[in-house]
Amino acid sequence: MSHPGAAARRRLAILEPWLYSAPALILIIVTTLVPIVIGISYAFRNVMLLDPTSGGFVGLDNFRDLMRDASFWNALKNTVTWTASCVGFQFLFGLILALLLNRPFPGRSIIQPIVFLPWAIPTFLIGMNWSWLLNPAIGPLPHWAYALGLMSAPTNILADPNYALVGPILAGIWWGTPFFAITLLAALQSIPREIYEAAEIDGAGGFERFRSITIPFLAPTMLITVMLRTIWVANSPELIVVMTKGGPADSSQIVASYVFTQAYQGLNFGYASAVATALVVLLLVYALLLLSIRQAMLGTR
Amino acid sequence: MRGTSLSRTIKWTLHYAALLAYVAVALFPLYWLFKVSITPNDILYKQGMALLPSKVTLDHYATVVGKSDFLLYFRNSIIVSGVTALASTLLATAAGYAFSRFGFRGKFWIVGLMLVTQMFPLVIVITPIFSIFGVLGLTNTLTGLIIIYTAFNIPFATFLMQSFFDGIPKELEEAAMIDGATRFKALVEIVAPLTLPGIVATVGFCFTGAWGEILFALLLNSSPSASTFPVGLLLYSTRGTVEYGPMMAAGVLALLPVCVFFFLIQRYLVQGLTAGAVKG
Repeated sequence: MSHPGAAARRRLAILEPWLYSAPALILIIVTTLVPIVIGISYAFRNVMLLDPTSGGFVGLDNFRDLMRDASFWNALKNTVTWTASCVGFQFLFGLILALLLNRPFPGRSIIQPIVFLPWAIPTFLIGMNWSWLLNPAIGPLPHWAYALGLMSAPTNILADPNYALVGPILAGIWWGTPFFAITLLAALQSIPREIYEAAEIDGAGGFERFRSITIPFLAPTMLITVMLRTIWVANSPELIVVMTKGGPADSSQIVASYVFTQAYQGLNFGYASAVATALVVLLLVYALLLLSIRQAMLGTR
Repeated sequence: MRGTSLSRTIKWTLHYAALLAYVAVALFPLYWLFKVSITPNDILYKQGMALLPSKVTLDHYATVVGKSDFLLYFRNSIIVSGVTALASTLLATAAGYAFSRFGFRGKFWIVGLMLVTQMFPLVIVITPIFSIFGVLGLTNTLTGLIIIYTAFNIPFATFLMQSFFDGIPKELEEAAMIDGATRFKALVEIVAPLTLPGIVATVGFCFTGAWGEILFALLLNSSPSASTFPVGLLLYSTRGTVEYGPMMAAGVLALLPVCVFFFLIQRYLVQGLTAGAVKG
């Protein structure tokens, strides 16, 4: 009597985790995994949005066009500039902020939420807010830069093909600094106090303690956060789309925003997908490179 | 002794000065947004660079609320973000619970899949989703955006919920199950109420994510009747004659739901940090 019941219960026990995770899983497969595969297939086809006869297989044609596309190469160069300056400064300012907030002091509970606030603002609004700040008609930044002698006239940097990318970078640093501060602060707070106290008794100074305790303890968090953040920032075209639309004349495009504007304005889905596929390949190479460096570092220990 | 106390004073002065700089930089853009939104048009350009307007007005807010377009966008955004937040939290709670409580074959691959989809550039799915949604008649609908946003929110929301479930002792539902309750009943009646703060946090994260999304909103929904707030504001700002006052008033209004959520959640964030510190 009890045998079939037990078997059914066992079957249910195997099925149960799948029942809980299936709805989420199915939705992700249908809206992310399947489109990623289709998107990569587009890269090898001639897909025009408004042309129903298009869609034929064209082999590597899109990638050949890509190699000759000066805008793409410029976007690639800009991706490096954008990602390195955003992540670099976010990390630097975030680390300083985390160290400032690490020890209890009067007023911390008021200051902390305020300095973390930019992290909660929607990206599109940050983009619009900073384009207004950089617009001499309504914002103070060009006038201040002019007064400080940084600009020869109070003009809109976003309209300048040579410096347009600086605008989204400024906005990106403002936005991302709290993220690093929060992550690094959490890591800092997990360092046992006793280690610092022991070092203080041994006569280690503030800088010595920072170098020999804080940095080694933070290093794993720093490495993984910077790696993930780099991929994420390189993939995020929102600020650029909102602030410059990649212009003037594609001068501030990164690869991700170039894909978006190609799809949005150009309607050439095949080519847009080829650019996106190239971005995926580059990011994979980057991730593999980092992982092998990490492997090598672990090996030498 | 006096030397150390002097150097302490200097140290703390520098400490506060540095923090004050951070506070100023964090608040200034938002202050400027607010300032322009309450500056009357006649002095907006004349005293444009003054830090304080000599008189204030709520006219720009009246214009925004009076403009039926913005109310429509606001309503669309509330529907899209609200439904997205509830749907993704529900699905993520179920999946997060499975990840937390079961070791099962295939779990490694599901977690791997969720992580990998997080790493892919979103732009690669933009064109295929546009084509698929076009065939299904989901472009220019709020439903289309809800489906996409829910899918994109699930991986992070699932990991979040999993960590909340990990913090609740297994023995609680095991005891209920020994007393004859099914696991599902134990989850709904015993575990879920205990994770309520976590569920609220997840709802908040998903809501904010959907509230600010612009790429898919811009591409999929071109008709004004299905536009969300970010698209409405962006398109409004690129029209020929731009009225900065109402635009910034609209920006301030877009900020409100997010700020409310942030100040609810941030205490929790700090608590989480402190708990981590106590554990360490």
